[in-house]
Amino acid sequence: MSDVKKFLYVNRKAPYGTIYALESLEVVLIGAAFEQDVALAFLDDGVYQLTKDQNTDGIEMKNFSPTYSALGDYDIRKIYVEKESLEERGLTIDDLQHLTYEDEDDDWAEKDSIQVVTAKELAEIMDQSDVILSF
Amino acid sequence: MAMLHTVNKSPFERNTLDSCMRHALPGSAILLIEDGVVAATKGTAVEGKVKEKMGDVSFFVLGPDLAARGLGEDKLIDGISVVDYNGFVELTTKYDNVQSWL
Amino acid sequence: MKFGIMVNEGPYTHEASDTAYHFTKAALEAGHEIFRVFFYHDGVNNATRYTVPPQDDRNIQVRWSELAEKHNLDLVVCIAAAQRRGILDENEAKRQGKDGDNIAPGFRISGLGQLIEAGIQCDRLVVFGD
Repeated sequence: MSDVKKFLYVNRKAPYGTIYALESLEVVLIGAAFEQDVALAFLDDGVYQLTKDQNTDGIEMKNFSPTYSALGDYDIRKIYVEKESLEERGLTIDDLQHLTYEDEDDDWAEKDSIQVVTAKELAEIMDQSDVILSF
Repeated sequence: MAMLHTVNKSPFERNTLDSCMRHALPGSAILLIEDGVVAATKGTAVEGKVKEKMGDVSFFVLGPDLAARGLGEDKLIDGISVVDYNGFVELTTKYDNVQSWL
Repeated sequence: MKFGIMVNEGPYTHEASDTAYHFTKAALEAGHEIFRVFFYHDGVNNATRYTVPPQDDRNIQVRWSELAEKHNLDLVVCIAAAQRRGILDENEAKRQGKDGDNIAPGFRISGLGQLIEAGIQCDRLVVFGD
């Protein structure tokens, strides 16, 4: 086995109702320093973590959603959002933040980090992962 | 690869089992633990879905959790195998990776 | 095989810590190596030595401590999650100006890197949570 493992962070819960989304993000940020092959999956209520225009003033919690837009700076390029989960919730990609990374192999071109994938495609991605951290 | 999935939620409370079954590829296995064990019993509203998935995915249930909830092995859907904690460990070694559906 | 275990829920409210304990014990008895048990989210609450459950119930914290002593287990509590929830060792208590620590024997407080390292080093990382 090579030294680099495929890490997949599976996010299935909405933000703020529980702490899982925030603390998952903290693992992702620390994990980024380990030079592994990292991907994030957002499915079921996890897709709500990526909505734009989150405003937490009224609940007096820290709005951690801007952190997602920093993931590109941590060289996290693979953010999978499940198509079926979006559709079931009446959401489209336009309801989500626009997340990007700069591709150093392509003259630092700005590219989209989010890929909308079907459940079937996500199943294959999960299957090919070595370490799956579920939140 | 072939994955071991664990599900620890009742299908009557959360969509965890549905989501797991939606992503479990043929040749993988689903182990029902904690409150998830109720999906292994006969006569429930989810029995049909479970049986359908059993066509290409192996189902296991954690015996101690089943017993704790007063559910006898005679109540299980035919074809679901009971394992203890040793069996749980063995399943994780037998399959290539493991995903906990929480 | 080499296992990493992640425990994401506290004791008593959720069965996760119990299941993780039984799994860990069974894996050790089968001759497997437990590289590390990592406690995250409310899982850090498994590490306070101030729990006093009723006499006729299991003592989840003591059970982990005893298993750690018997098998020389590495029980790691995430520092960021622990700080939020008031789990302190002597150094942390001093550093944060608190009047006492509460960490149980066999547990140590460290960073999230310990979890990632377990993912890299272990053949299997098994997550127990809610």
